[in-house]
Amino acid sequence: MTVAQGSFQQPLILWSWIGDNRAEILHRVIEHVELTAIAVFLGLLISFPLAIYAYRHRRAYGPIAVITGILYTIPSLALFAFLVAYTGLTVTTAEIGLVSYTLLILIRNIVAGLDAVPAEARESATGMGYSRRQLLWRIEIPLALPVIIAGIRIATVTTIGLVTVTAIIGKGGLGHFILEGLLQAFPTAAILGAVLSIVLAVVVDALLLFSERALTPWARARSRA
Amino acid sequence: MGVLAKAFDFMTSAANYHGQGGIPTRLWEHVQMSLLSLGIATIIALPVGLLVGHRRRGGFFAITVGNLGRALPSFGILAIVFPLTLRYLHVGSLGFVATLITLILLAIPPIMLNTFVGTREVDRDTIEAARGMGLSGTQILMRVELPLAAPLIVAGLRTAATAVVATATLGALVSWGGLGRFIVDGLAQGDKGQLVAGAVLVASLAVVTEAMFALLQRAISPRTTGSPRRHIRKLIRRPGWGM
Repeated sequence: MTVAQGSFQQPLILWSWIGDNRAEILHRVIEHVELTAIAVFLGLLISFPLAIYAYRHRRAYGPIAVITGILYTIPSLALFAFLVAYTGLTVTTAEIGLVSYTLLILIRNIVAGLDAVPAEARESATGMGYSRRQLLWRIEIPLALPVIIAGIRIATVTTIGLVTVTAIIGKGGLGHFILEGLLQAFPTAAILGAVLSIVLAVVVDALLLFSERALTPWARARSRA
Repeated sequence: MGVLAKAFDFMTSAANYHGQGGIPTRLWEHVQMSLLSLGIATIIALPVGLLVGHRRRGGFFAITVGNLGRALPSFGILAIVFPLTLRYLHVGSLGFVATLITLILLAIPPIMLNTFVGTREVDRDTIEAARGMGLSGTQILMRVELPLAAPLIVAGLRTAATAVVATATLGALVSWGGLGRFIVDGLAQGDKGQLVAGAVLVASLAVVTEAMFALLQRAISPRTTGSPRRHIRKLIRRPGWGM
């Protein structure tokens, strides 16, 4: 317990350490944002076609939901550990794991959003001679956007939390500080990593909420009326 | 030899079924820790959620706790709790205490939130009818609100249990045992067989836990024709109390 002994004397937060490590902290914040952005982007890229397929072919929705549900249930540390055996301590390992956790949330919200599109809107578009593709891109997706963005928000906040776990496989963004604090019983680093990742989640969530407002001005106009 | 074959070897080797580091011991540690933390969290969160829901006041508090729980990274909580236990709690095995506290903190929000929502959403008319029959406040809480909220409470327990089983894995990082031991040791020793065996064991336990609670949820939802949630929605008439 030699490491632990040291921690009894030091203050809970060593402000000078934070000052000395500003460059490293900034670097880790950027890494955290990058890992999250790539995961959510790839997650959307996979979820969109799957969700639209499930929306059009209802029978496919059950199996898709079960498979992504099992992926979502697998503990993150277990999934990362399993992947390390194949793809090593790489960004690929981190991203495969992170992306797999976004799928259930994204697919569920995209399908729910499309389901909630009013039948009248769909019928009038068809009556106006819209093809199925035009109907999807011009009517259904724009109207489903609030629910889709709600899904993106949940997926992003979840991913920001999960990125910290990838510290165990040598990535981790702010999780790097959490792991360092844990292994060296150095509370400053652990608290810094945890607090900053929560702040990051709250800030990104607020930004996404803001972008939803900007992208769907009609929703606001309607609620004001 | 392939990784999966190595993992299979690890899981079938008789040597791994004995003593402190054996699979049964680690599995039992993991289950015990999960049950203990879930039990303590329920003892704390259930009465609070019931009371707040019963009074239909203080909802903001319950919802804030619930949402905060979603934003907290479990790994981060453990990393903060561990140095604090090193400093202030000098009891038992340190890793054990830190892991237990982390899991309790993690399990409280979903249980409290669901109990609160479940209790609050019980139809006003039903409660009025119970009151008209002469039931006291406590009797209404125990005989009307609790049973009607039960499906949602179990849904909260399910969320909490899955999170607890998953996060107990991280306990190995603070020198506690459990199934995470195989993953952390496997990573440290570059032993892929042990690593993957640990991952498979943890994942199986999580899926089994989820499935058991799903069955429980189905069992306690009366006259199930659809999902419990759909049933609840049928049970509650929204206009009863404006929200």
